[in-house]
Amino acid sequence: MAVRALVQVPKAVRRGEVFEVRTTLAHPMETGYRRDSGGRMLPRDIVRTLEVRLAGERVFAADLHPAIAANPFFAFTLVANAGGPLEIRWVGDNGFVHTETVTLVVT
Amino acid sequence: MTMDRRQAVLAVTVLPLLPAAPARATPEAMAAAMQAFSGGAPVRDGRITIEVAELVENGNTVPVALRVDSPMTATDHVQRLALFTERNPQPEVAVFHLSPAAGRAQVATRMRLATSQRVVALARMNDGSVWRRQVDVIVTLAACVES
Repeated sequence: MAVRALVQVPKAVRRGEVFEVRTTLAHPMETGYRRDSGGRMLPRDIVRTLEVRLAGERVFAADLHPAIAANPFFAFTLVANAGGPLEIRWVGDNGFVHTETVTLVVT
Repeated sequence: MTMDRRQAVLAVTVLPLLPAAPARATPEAMAAAMQAFSGGAPVRDGRITIEVAELVENGNTVPVALRVDSPMTATDHVQRLALFTERNPQPEVAVFHLSPAAGRAQVATRMRLATSQRVVALARMNDGSVWRRQVDVIVTLAACVES
């Protein structure tokens, strides 16, 4: 199944200007505390970490637990002196890994 | 899966009798999780703002925004910002790792709330100080973190 993810950044930002990044990943974030209709525990299947790198340097990260809602959404700010690839990487249970890269334009 | 009428009736009557999952955090579990985060540093109230509705209709997806009063410079910034709950199955919600590259100490996400409870945010600064903010949230439809 193709992974769907959305990363939003401004079209261009000024050097040193604070801007917002918004990320959403299509993922059930199954808590591991629920039962199916037959009463069996549904195994945990969550995204455990989010890591954001700008031109290779880690600029933001998050450790996640089952209390993060399905389709995990995060909005945070960054400030950049130079543009480059902005890489967002989600890692989760059952070998889940997804990376989305957008180009950050700094003027 | 096909189910005849008798099975369907049985399923409906039996399901509510199943015991609820025993997992549930307690104020003590939350205190332990916060202690692990602060590393024993004294926790002071202030500097953090939690933006969340006081009355939440749907606990499955609760928008929450955290802000810390910090200049986010190399010499004075938030290193980690964490969110805890008192009565979800686990006290931890998320830990955010920040640096001066953030420009501002603010993060927004959507969380689950299993029931009405207290939500606590802790921020650890680069000087080792730890700050706290807590809010009480009333949930009218709980998250199905347990069914």
